[in-house]
Amino acid sequence: MIINLSSPHIHGGDSVRMTMISVILALMPAGIVSVYLFGWLAFMLITLCMVTCVATEFIVLRMMGRPATPIGDGSAALTGLLLALTLPAYIPWWMVLLGSIIAIILGKQLYGGLGYNLFNPALAARVILLISFPLNMTAWIVPMHVGAPIIDLYNFNDCFNLFLFGPEAVARTLDAITMASPLGHIKTEWSQGIGVTEALRNYDYSYLDAFLGLEAGSIGETSAIALLIGGIYLLARHTISWHIPFTYLATVMVLAAIFNMIDPAHYAPPLFHLLAGGLILCAFFMATDPVSSPVTAKGRIVFGIGCGILTWSIRTYGGYPEGAMFAVILMNCAVPIIDHYCRPRVYGR
Amino acid sequence: MSKVTDNSSISTSLLAPVYIVPIKQHIGEVCTPIVSVGEQVFRGQKIAKSQGYVSVPVHAPTSGKVVKIEEHAIPHPSGMGLPSIFIEPDGNDTRDESLKPISDYREKDPAELRERVRICGVAGLGGAVFPTFIKLLKDQRNPIETVILNGIECEPYLTNDHRLMIEKSKQIVTGLDIIMHMVGAKKAIVAIEDNKPDAAEALRKAVESQPEMKHVEVHLLPTRYPQGSEKQLIQVLTGKEIPAGKLPMHIGVLCQNVGTTWAIFDAVVRGNALTERFVTVSGDAVPRPGVMRVRLGTPMRFVYAQHGLDHFENIHLLHGGPMMGERLKGPDVPVVKSTNGLLAMHSDTMMKAHKVEQPCIRCGHCGVACPINLVPNLLADQCRSDLFEKAESYNLFDCIECGACSYVCPSNIPLVHYFRYGKGQLAQISRAKGFADASKERSEARDIRIEREKAERAAKRKQVRAAHKPKPSDEMKTEAIKTDEKAGEEKPTDEKPESKGSES
Amino acid sequence: MMQLLAATLSFGAFALLFGVLLAIAGRVFKVEGDPIADNIEAMLPQTQCGQCGFVGCKPYAGAVASGEAEVNQCVPGGERTMLQIADMMGVEPKTVEDEASSPMIAFVREDECIGCTLCIKACPVDAILGAPKQYHTVITDHCTGCTLCVEPCPVDCIDMLIKPELLEHWSWPLPDTERSRLAMERKGQHAPYTA
Repeated sequence: MIINLSSPHIHGGDSVRMTMISVILALMPAGIVSVYLFGWLAFMLITLCMVTCVATEFIVLRMMGRPATPIGDGSAALTGLLLALTLPAYIPWWMVLLGSIIAIILGKQLYGGLGYNLFNPALAARVILLISFPLNMTAWIVPMHVGAPIIDLYNFNDCFNLFLFGPEAVARTLDAITMASPLGHIKTEWSQGIGVTEALRNYDYSYLDAFLGLEAGSIGETSAIALLIGGIYLLARHTISWHIPFTYLATVMVLAAIFNMIDPAHYAPPLFHLLAGGLILCAFFMATDPVSSPVTAKGRIVFGIGCGILTWSIRTYGGYPEGAMFAVILMNCAVPIIDHYCRPRVYGR
Repeated sequence: MSKVTDNSSISTSLLAPVYIVPIKQHIGEVCTPIVSVGEQVFRGQKIAKSQGYVSVPVHAPTSGKVVKIEEHAIPHPSGMGLPSIFIEPDGNDTRDESLKPISDYREKDPAELRERVRICGVAGLGGAVFPTFIKLLKDQRNPIETVILNGIECEPYLTNDHRLMIEKSKQIVTGLDIIMHMVGAKKAIVAIEDNKPDAAEALRKAVESQPEMKHVEVHLLPTRYPQGSEKQLIQVLTGKEIPAGKLPMHIGVLCQNVGTTWAIFDAVVRGNALTERFVTVSGDAVPRPGVMRVRLGTPMRFVYAQHGLDHFENIHLLHGGPMMGERLKGPDVPVVKSTNGLLAMHSDTMMKAHKVEQPCIRCGHCGVACPINLVPNLLADQCRSDLFEKAESYNLFDCIECGACSYVCPSNIPLVHYFRYGKGQLAQISRAKGFADASKERSEARDIRIEREKAERAAKRKQVRAAHKPKPSDEMKTEAIKTDEKAGEEKPTDEKPESKGSES
Repeated sequence: MMQLLAATLSFGAFALLFGVLLAIAGRVFKVEGDPIADNIEAMLPQTQCGQCGFVGCKPYAGAVASGEAEVNQCVPGGERTMLQIADMMGVEPKTVEDEASSPMIAFVREDECIGCTLCIKACPVDAILGAPKQYHTVITDHCTGCTLCVEPCPVDCIDMLIKPELLEHWSWPLPDTERSRLAMERKGQHAPYTA
């Protein structure tokens, strides 16, 4: 009888579950800030997303005739959390359901489950939702502690009714309870011929507010500081490597700086780009999704640069105000070829 | 990070009831037995001679009688065996005195010392068991500038080099001197990991006590796996990489394990053939772990018993260290030259490293861990999917099978196992191709031969017919009469070609 | 209306341009000979045994390339060769009948050999040593296990024995994990990719 167990016979103890849990932990600061800003809405959104994702994965695995053990590794829960953090605080509950189901089925299980998906599942779902329901997906509800509150998001009943039955249930229209995000604002102003500096002025934009998160946007992307805390934790724990976040953010800032110097009216300043939209969220948590990003250091640098170029280009010249999610999805397509050509130099060759 | 047997001084094994000596304990050609059943042998006597260049002889570990020569299991993952010489000790342990001690080795020709190392059967005792004399070549084309003594011992649990450096430091330094004289090197570095500061101290003292060895540097390196691998150690110490397909000697470096160095000392200065080695017996299932001086050919069961382990249910035995060692089917295999460690682990400890394999999440930790800068997860995927040529193009054969990638993998993928499978399949494919090409050549040669024979027969037939050709006019009448008479007879010309054909 | 015309004309022009380019490419990059038959022959084990029904490996390769023969007729090549051929020809894999479980070597029981040389004549690679009225013996390193020598022997003294596995030729099997098992199953559905 052949002894069919090869060396090594000791293991470092790392596991997929530990990796997923560490990312969920890293997202806790952003989650807490989201509840602080968007109250019960954020809480309901996160809960519904996570529960739906896990349930969908369970049902789909059963339907495929496979054992349901993979839900124990936490990847479905993580997808749910990530998806929730990229969504605007108010979207109809059925859109949330749809998004979560799409994330798990189209974004992950159809490809073969964990480890086989080409695209980041949460981002794929978000892109599909954005393209299918552009109005709802760009309706940024006014957060708490930002200017004059329109709805009390700390009131459970109000939030519950809003979530399930829409703005009419709280005697409002959609327009009344939402405001533009900084990126959306400068894009619409530019289409009316108003330059960036003036647009930021009439928006009452403050870099500090943007850094802390006191601005409109999806529930997890507004607070740069909360995300940075999580990102640094992940870097320290070696769950993610510095290559993607650093090159992604650096590329965006360099491009923005160059063009901002050339024409400050058309092109927004680099710090604005850094703090606006979902860039930091994408750079630390979405682009670094191990399954859909390259495996080698060189490859990750190329990936980061590619994402940066695409993000800045879509933000500046594209039809959509925010380009980060499209950029990452597009670069995800290129990952197999990046992996093939960006292998490190082998010892001795 | 300290190891269990760090402070256990070396004990000596008792004489075993029988010694089982396989005829191949090294990389290279197998040896042929030169003793017969019933013959009396002495300790250190050559009992199997080497064949070919890459080979070293095998010696009797103690004095006694050869009781049988037959196939016996060896420590190999296949569970297969090799012909082995069984020796029953007579208890006297009488030495074979034919090799004289050489104390003035500096006066001797390096070629003579090299032959002494070869005849004593010394092979790389770090675990690779490459015939040592081949490396100890003083060659003008590839001069050796630096000799590195590998006291790294990066495998967990193993401490035989550690204890050897503490207890036999002077002899190791003498061995180093012999090596330097043999290859004509001027510089020497002793490399030790910083989890063995006492070993470094002992060697420093030994170096200082021998004035002619003052130039030897003792380096303490940070503990990192797999720094003990020749390629990695040379890179860390000299900054140079061994080019692909080449050897350390091509960049002027010679790397030697401290255990092998001690064996060289033993062979040259004392005239002892390689009949014993130092083994770490450890693991969480061994009641009294320690480092033991064991004769080659000792049944492992006997070694484990001396450390308090005699029941083997739910216990996994490892030959070597846990990172690169192989599992043993049972304790009834002999200790061989490559046995640097004998570990015994409880089933649950062992199976923690062999959990259910999950899909690869492409985290890239394996690539970071790989000392050769390969991309292990892509390689394993290719090997599993039988994409062998692609794996080869991704440098599968550069893998040193150190196990660092499998160790860090969060999905518990047995990466090294896949690489071994891939390498084995590629070797089989190339062997099959070579055989197919040779068969094709033989078949074509046969076709040519048959054609040639047919042509020869046709030419011969033509010749014979021409010789029996009828002459004109007056022959015609005679022909007519002849034909009538001989109408019934068989033509003799038909049989000749038949018999010619059957002789081939 | 003008836009429709413009669109039609431009598309038509593109189609024409690409058609011409393809025609030129078809002429310039045309491959002579029949590389498929040569590639298939390179996959075969060269035992020249005739078990496929053809006289040798080259004729079988040619027949497969022209579609006259099935991909599963090579017995010594076994499943691995069949999958490679099926992949090259772009057809579904078919099971190989009578595939030997392990490689075989012919063995002559010399005590019974009558020295008739019929097996020597039958061997397609000249792997049997002998002469008339002398014992015959198989050169094991050259024997391909094609079994062509067994039939002609008038005293039936040739056995097919399993080739002994050498320690140096042993190689690790796949690990016993679920994913390896799945990979083994899938192997039957796709051929080993040798490009």
